[in-house]
Amino acid sequence: MAITYDKIATTTLSGTASSVTFSSIAASWTDLKLIIVTIVPANNGYYYVQFNGDTAANYSCNFMQGNGTSATSTKFTTANGSDAGRVGGSAVTTAPSLLTLDIFSYRNSTHKTYIGNHSSDQNGAGVTYNVVGKWGSTAAITSFSVFGNGGSNSFTTGTTATLYGIKAA
Amino acid sequence: MATYTLISSNVLSSSAASVTFSAIPATYTDLVLRVSARDTNTSAIIAGTTFKFNGSTGSLYSITKLIGDGGTASSSRRSSITSDEFYYPGANAGMTANTFGSVEIYIPSYTASQNKPFSTFGVTENNSATAGDTEIDAWANLYRDTAAISSIAINAYVTFAIGSSFYLYGISNA
Repeated sequence: MAITYDKIATTTLSGTASSVTFSSIAASWTDLKLIIVTIVPANNGYYYVQFNGDTAANYSCNFMQGNGTSATSTKFTTANGSDAGRVGGSAVTTAPSLLTLDIFSYRNSTHKTYIGNHSSDQNGAGVTYNVVGKWGSTAAITSFSVFGNGGSNSFTTGTTATLYGIKAA
Repeated sequence: MATYTLISSNVLSSSAASVTFSAIPATYTDLVLRVSARDTNTSAIIAGTTFKFNGSTGSLYSITKLIGDGGTASSSRRSSITSDEFYYPGANAGMTANTFGSVEIYIPSYTASQNKPFSTFGVTENNSATAGDTEIDAWANLYRDTAAISSIAINAYVTFAIGSSFYLYGISNA
């Protein structure tokens, strides 16, 4: 059976951090999948992605979230990653949360689409956050970072982040 | 290195009230459970299929739900419940034939000595024009136990129909 799913890199934070970054991503796969397990600090409202260090207004997204009471949906267009590159919702967590990011056809010369999910149930609180986003660049993705908008401690100590490559052939 | 490995599977050749994965090795980082299921219930759309880890008996589970049922989008919550659950309404013997619900449950860091967050995505589509007969579910889940997950027991609403399939994969970041 062909091997189609590879680990590219993994990290466990020994201290707090403003972001997690994966760089020098080889063009060896078809899609990318990121798995983060983190406790969200109180000062962090949401998480967002930037590809290839691009801080220009090349991002758009449409997300839907449920907070246990209501479902809401919001759209951002033609904005920078810190606004429109959202991948995770605002939820202060005391238990770990799961953030996943699927990036499709990351080396194609087309705009790049991703799907994000942030599952942060807290037994009586928390959200489920789901987003589809687009990076309007035809460049292959060779690096990306996931930031929190909470500054230097957006990711708590012990956060784990693993990037996988998925191969179509 | 191969990182996505089939641990075990069960494709039902006869109906069954439950399916269990036991003796799950601690050699992976994450687990992925993929289910294609139909229930033998004939009377109406079905409610939740339940599942438990490690034969737990306490009120260790909670869910934040996001549901689209073809008519409305809604969110609700269940807290301190004794089992987790997933839905595939409209995939049962009382509804459209040959229709199965699909569910993926992603469980990261299942051996870590911490509470376990996980996600559940479920979809059912059966060509019914009635809102509520089908759903798309994107749920956040939490299992409040620090022990490694070594078994998963899944109980049908009534019984799982022939052809229902259950695949458990392990993902390694080693």
